[in-house]
This record gives sequence, structure tokens and C-alpha cells, in this order.
Amino acid sequence: MDALLHQVLAGLATGGIYASLALALVMIYQATHLVNFAQGEMAMFTTYIAWSLIQAGVPYWPAFFLTIGFAFVLGVALEYFVIRPVERAPVLAVVVVFIALLLILNSVTGWIYTYTIKTFPSPFPAQPVFGAYLSSHEAGAIGITLVVLALLYCFFRFTPLGLAMRAAAQNPESSRLVGIRVGWMLALGWGLAAAVGSVAGMMVAPIVYLDPNMMGGVLLYAFAAALVGGIDNPWGAVIGGFVVGVLENVLGAFVIGNELKLSVALVIIIGVLLVRPSGFFGRVHVTRV
Amino acid sequence: MSALLELVGVKAAYGATRVLHGLDFAMQERSITALLGANGAGKTTTLRAICGMVKTEGAIRFGGRDIRGKKTEDVARMGIAHVPDGRGTFLHLTTEENLRLGAYPRKDKANVERDLERMYAHFPRLKERRRQQAGTLSGGEQQMLAVSRALMLAPRLMLLDEPSFGLAPLVVKELFGILRSINAEERVSMLLVEQNAAMALDIADQACVIETGRMVLSGPADKLKKDDAVRRSYLGY
Repeated sequence: MDALLHQVLAGLATGGIYASLALALVMIYQATHLVNFAQGEMAMFTTYIAWSLIQAGVPYWPAFFLTIGFAFVLGVALEYFVIRPVERAPVLAVVVVFIALLLILNSVTGWIYTYTIKTFPSPFPAQPVFGAYLSSHEAGAIGITLVVLALLYCFFRFTPLGLAMRAAAQNPESSRLVGIRVGWMLALGWGLAAAVGSVAGMMVAPIVYLDPNMMGGVLLYAFAAALVGGIDNPWGAVIGGFVVGVLENVLGAFVIGNELKLSVALVIIIGVLLVRPSGFFGRVHVTRV
Repeated sequence: MSALLELVGVKAAYGATRVLHGLDFAMQERSITALLGANGAGKTTTLRAICGMVKTEGAIRFGGRDIRGKKTEDVARMGIAHVPDGRGTFLHLTTEENLRLGAYPRKDKANVERDLERMYAHFPRLKERRRQQAGTLSGGEQQMLAVSRALMLAPRLMLLDEPSFGLAPLVVKELFGILRSINAEERVSMLLVEQNAAMALDIADQACVIETGRMVLSGPADKLKKDDAVRRSYLGY
């Protein structure tokens, strides 16, 4: 029982990280109806920026916030310079751009920082909390995830800018008619998604260690999370993230073993698509023909 | 007196299909001007041309400034509120969020709250449904929402694209009554596109008839209404 509780709590910690990245995916999906395959690599790249800052002697928390700011600017810039030119291109062309972005970010990071695995510090003390059930990094990661989620919720729910971003994602034409600059809302969405992703990267790096391929698995879990929740539902993505995190840990520890953990994500993705393609909290889309 | 809105030789096309063939049109400040014509005459395209939602040639002047080729969002920020064909409701947002979006570009945030209450006074149904998802509103309620959302911009000119579409005659009457009183009280100019010519001529000061992308007739609304030849050939009643 103790072991199970331990796995569940650890699963919640990684689940929070999946939830953040899944939320980043959903934010871009809602506005563009496209899944940004490069979301994980963007998070990885910004985590390296955090690592550089810390190596250069910047204390952890200033480095943390500087990295979030950098990620935001990176997201806005990618939307403006890379995605906007292909705005009206066919879906497959945009998907190719996303995959190119994934490969380029991955290679550029490898080129700058080498593929050698690095340790990444945690801002939380080493001793565990709640007895021995949860390392303090895991507890801290859950806390930070919840803070990020709460801030995002308040932003989208209570600020005029957040409202305008939701409107622009839903109905671009009507948004223009009320004077919303839809192009900028999309760029802002990319910036926010990148910022949320960077937090996920910095929280996962102390667990999986820093290397250019560290987000590959995490992105897969985030996909699974987003699909479980329904890719157009932010709440669903968050719940999906925690569900996937717990399932991954519990099944990995007791059922299929650690080596096959990643296949849990694939099984979840295929299972959800077979049984409930719009996810458990998603909207069912009916198209009139 | 110079015109509030003036179109000179405006041409517009969707791909290879030309819809407006050199349209000339002018309307006065504070008037309600009805734009009438058969299906496919180019009424909706005229409104879309004003808002920069379709590529145009010619000149479009608003308050003496050339607005042709401006982005839709910049036209809106100049004070032109468009109640589009199909109402343009933000279906997944609440009624109140829809209204607040209408005021998004405004800087006078203090007056926005007051205007919100004013809209609720005009349309009490919207107040009852303020926390409800706009997609769950009935057609008539959504039309009232679209009109109020446009008014929340505190516009100088309102473009209304078939506000009577799909509404019961009684609801249309109510809506047009409110439009009339808003026009009188708040001095908002209105350009009203309508299939329902009789209704539109009742509330309009001026009216124009367009046919296959050209202006064929314009004049005071009551004069057009009384003219039998006009009625038979263009208005069909």
C-alpha cells in the first residue's frame, strides 16, 4: 500500500508536468486547430537557456523567471517569423514546418550544448516531505504546476486581453469586427504556450536530466494527456495530464515494468482514439454537409 | 453637408466572380439608410467592402478619410460596428463576455460598465441570460446580442446585415423599434441591409436600391415607398 501511494504521488508530480505541456498544446490547438509537434523541443531549448544562466552564476529563481520571459519572446517570434508566413498554407505544409522546427531546435541545441547529459538543479531542498512518499522536488513541481494553472485560468477568465484571446481563437472574423488584432492574439498565444512549456521543461529536467532529447517522451505523454481530456478542452488536458502521470507510474511499477512505461502513452492514445475520439471532456464535432 | 460614408466607383470580386461593378453611394451622418435589393445584388458585399473584408477598388471614405484597404480591425477601431450576416456570435462565450468584447478597443473603461447596463435596459432578455453561453440563446436573442455587441463599441456608424433574418414578425418589429430609438437617442448612424423592404423603409430616412452591383435608385425612404413603379420593379410587393 505504501509503495502504491508513493507511485501515485510521484505520478501526480510528473503528471503536473505533462499537464503543463498538454495545456501548451491545447492553447495552440484551440487557436489554429493544429498540434505543435515542436512544443517539447521549444521547452527543451529554453531549459538549456536556464541551464546557461545558472552556469553563468545567476541564482535559480532569477534564472527561472528570465527563462520564462525568454520563452515567451521565442514563442512570439516563432509565430511571427515562421508560422505566420504559412498561415494560409495547407495543413500538411504547416505540419512539415512544425516537424522542421522540432528537428532544427533539437540539432541546434545539440550543436551548441553537445548531446552529453547534464544535471539540472532543483530549487527545492533535498530532504523528502510527507514522510518518504514524495521528494521535495516532486512536491515543489506539483505546487508550481498548480500556480501556473491558476495564473493562466485567472488570465483567460478575468482579463480583457484573455477574453480577446479566447474570442480570437473561436471566431477570428467576428473578433476582427470588434477591433481585436487577431494576428497578435495568435502570437501572444504562442508566447504563453512557450512560457508554460518552459516551466514544464525546468521542472522535468532535474528528474530526467538535461539532454536535447529529454522532451521526446514527455511530449508523447502530453499528447496522450491532451487526447484523454479532449484536445480542445484546457481543463480536460490538465486532468488528462495528472491521469496519464499516475497511470504511467503505477502501471510502470507494478504491471508492465519500467522499460515499457512509454508504451502506456501510446496505448492510451490509441485507446482513446478508438473508444472516444473527442476525448473524455472534449466537444463532439458535428459537421454539416 | 459632406457625407459620413461615401463610396465612389467601388468594385469588388470573390475570385473571378465580380460582385460590385463600380458602386456609388453616400449616406448622411445620423441617418438610417436602407440598402435594398434582390438576392445576389451585392448588399452584403457592400458592407464587407466597407469593413475591408473583401478586396476592393475605388474609393471608400468615412468621415472624410479614405478607409479603403484598411484592416478590418482598424476600420472597427475608427467607429464602424458591423452586425454581420449570420450574427457573428461568439457561441462558446457567455452573453456578457460577448458584450464586453464589443467594447474591447475602447479606452473609456468607466463608460463601458454604464453602456453594459444600458444594453440590458434595451434588451432585458440579455440580462436574464448574461451568464449563459451565447450559443444557447434563441435566434432572436442572438440578434439582439449582435446589435448590442455592435453598440458597445460606441460606434459612429453601424452596419446591419439583415437583422430581421429568421426572426418572427413580432420580434422584428420590436428590434426595429429599438433600432429607431437608439438612432434617435444616441445619434448613431445606421446602414441597414434588408430583404424585408417594407419594414426597412418604415424606419429608414433614406433608401437606396442596388441591382447587380450598381446603384439604380436612391432617395428619401417615404418617397420610395409611395412610388408604385419602384415598388413593383425593385421591391416586389
